[in-house]
Amino acid sequence: MEMPGRPRTAMLFVAAILFFLLPTVAAFAQDSENVATRITVEDETGERVPVEGVAITVTDDQGNEVGAGATDAEGVFMLEVPEAGTYQLLLDDTTLPEGVSLTNSDRNPATVILREGQTGATIFALTSGDAVAAGGGVTLRQIAQLTVEGIKFGLFIAMAAIGLSLIFGTTGLVNFAHGELIGWGMLMAYFFNFYGLAGVFGWMASWPPPFGGGVNVIFAAVIAMVLGGALGWLLDAVIFSKLRARGVGLISQMVVTIGLSLILRYFFLFGFGGSPRFYQDYTAQSAIHIGIIDITPKDLVISGLSVLILIGVGLFLIMTRWGKAMRAVSDNRDLAESSGIDVQKVIRYVWVMGAGLAALGGVFDSLAETVRWDLGFRILLLVFAGVVLGGLGTAFGALVGSVIVGIGIQLSTVWLPTELKNVGALALLALVLIVRPQGLLGRRERVG
Amino acid sequence: MESVDWGFVLEQTLIQALGLNAAVYAIAAIGLNMHFGYAGLLNFGQAGFVAMGAYGMGIAVNQWGYPVWVAVLMGMLFSVGFAVLLGLPTLRLRADYLAIVTIAAAEIVRLVARSTALRDITRGAEGLNEFIGPFREFNPFNPSATYGIWFVQYRGNTFFAVVIGWTLAALFVLITYLLIRSPWGRVVKAIREDELAARALGKNAYRFKMQALIIGGVMGGFAGMVDAIGKATVQPDFFGAALTFFFWLVLILGGVGRVWAPIAGSILYWGLITFVQNTGRQLVDNGVIRTTIMDTNQIDQIRFWVVGGALALLMVYRPQGIFGSREEMALDAR
Repeated sequence: MEMPGRPRTAMLFVAAILFFLLPTVAAFAQDSENVATRITVEDETGERVPVEGVAITVTDDQGNEVGAGATDAEGVFMLEVPEAGTYQLLLDDTTLPEGVSLTNSDRNPATVILREGQTGATIFALTSGDAVAAGGGVTLRQIAQLTVEGIKFGLFIAMAAIGLSLIFGTTGLVNFAHGELIGWGMLMAYFFNFYGLAGVFGWMASWPPPFGGGVNVIFAAVIAMVLGGALGWLLDAVIFSKLRARGVGLISQMVVTIGLSLILRYFFLFGFGGSPRFYQDYTAQSAIHIGIIDITPKDLVISGLSVLILIGVGLFLIMTRWGKAMRAVSDNRDLAESSGIDVQKVIRYVWVMGAGLAALGGVFDSLAETVRWDLGFRILLLVFAGVVLGGLGTAFGALVGSVIVGIGIQLSTVWLPTELKNVGALALLALVLIVRPQGLLGRRERVG
Repeated sequence: MESVDWGFVLEQTLIQALGLNAAVYAIAAIGLNMHFGYAGLLNFGQAGFVAMGAYGMGIAVNQWGYPVWVAVLMGMLFSVGFAVLLGLPTLRLRADYLAIVTIAAAEIVRLVARSTALRDITRGAEGLNEFIGPFREFNPFNPSATYGIWFVQYRGNTFFAVVIGWTLAALFVLITYLLIRSPWGRVVKAIREDELAARALGKNAYRFKMQALIIGGVMGGFAGMVDAIGKATVQPDFFGAALTFFFWLVLILGGVGRVWAPIAGSILYWGLITFVQNTGRQLVDNGVIRTTIMDTNQIDQIRFWVVGGALALLMVYRPQGIFGSREEMALDAR
């Protein structure tokens, strides 16, 4: 999955983040032809404001200046460097706006090691002088904003969680490779967004998209969902249905999913590389104001789409024959089988649906943040938290649990440092198991 | 130029197979064998126990200036504390719940250890680096000389840790052997086979499982301490979830439920990984594999494919591992 068709120019881009009241994920801007630095300031409403006129000098490892410049009105500084190697980026802190400074001046200049055809990234962490002064009180606006962010993230988790929960419900398998189903969807969307099929089959280059070139991310997401479902089908058809037929125990199957997860994850790193990247469309959007909430249009659209899709899945599970069959098998497999349901076929469909949803969840989450090779594994434990909170094996429990986990993670940043926000969610996971091991919507059963 | 310098590859393979990493992994896997092999506990957070041992010892020296023996005791105490915290809520639950909670707990340990909030104690993402002095005073070997047999040579400081590591591994194998043959061991195995039956016979399954979790966890803690002494550093990101999976492969490769199998598994694992990695690197460096296909960085990722593939295939086709016994693997939750 080496991504060919890239220009062989080594690229260099730097992201700078200003940590204000609400520290955010790094904002990377990327263009396949250029080197880009995007420097933004986040104001107290959480909106990113580009910083113009921050001077940056790039030198190579011999100390020769390769280029210099300043960020433009969009906060972007672009530089193409001639070859792979080690580069130093010096940010002139006298050109930063008043009250904003580098958090750690030892990290300036920052070193970037570039490999051929790959993208190097470094981060300048910036601090606002006001941040300390304003950090005291928690405003209602902040709570509302964090709740919205939490619901958004929770919806993405829920997309993956439903599949995880249903696979557990129907087969009893705890699928540790579910994170890679998320990652697979994200990478496929990125692949079709950037290269199209010509990325694999070079001779297609002259064909129209999606064969020859990249397609809009919306179409790429649809392709990714289909390919995600295909991977789910493949995993069940080639591996897990065979294991069930062989009578391999559930614990052994679980260890198999761990092995599978390692293989897939490092296959992603092999092909994609370690640096985070951005989709080609909708990267830099400014937030719009709705009441006291700020949200970017793309986040609004994908959150809305998630809600629609999740409602659709819910209706499918309640109304249709196959949906009922899935819930029946999940409820009591033997009873379902003896009442004439083709259990193996239902399980196959659960894998396809679950993997497709996970893939789409990955696309949405990476659209809201960045595309990175280990995104799936990063959020896998949060998906588990959502599933366990809602009740292992229940589809609707997974949905509710995930949204609660999402909100909990975001709201915990009011009291916890942002770097520890996932700790809160994982601690919640442990707490739920003590108090109510069957989860919120799970049925009480003997668990020990 | 020859495409692969086999002499060099063999040398590296043996050095790694018998070296510090292999000893550390063997100790951690012996602990895991106690958990999974004998007590049937699905501990997917062994990296957390290892981290607890390393941090407990490192902090005791770094922060509180305790002497070496107290520091080792602190490492053990940290591991015990982690086992109790982890066991209290989860040991009453089904086996797969324990798997999820232990993996989450190990991640919590790593995230908290690397957080800036505890920077004064754990040194955040940079890790602990200044604790090694008092340990080096006990080193009987000359740091600037090399020790070993034939071409398998280690520098004095590393050799010190290698000796400690393998001695501990042997000791823990002996302890496991004696424990499992004792009445206590028979109860633990009975609980693994059929918890309900054991409870019906009046055994407090919860307490026995907790004891097994603590014993295996302390062994994991010692793995962390040996690693810290050998590398003179404690890095939070070393204790990621992947580390636990490597311990599992070592355990399953050797054979679950055989006291000495983790040692064999660890030697095999490190031999295999180093062999693949060094052969691959040389093939790339000498142009046999063109860099358009893969570069040396990507060679390093191949080892994860080997690990993942071996883990999955062994579990399906030879769950008892190379030296394990089939009857000890008659385990499956639910």
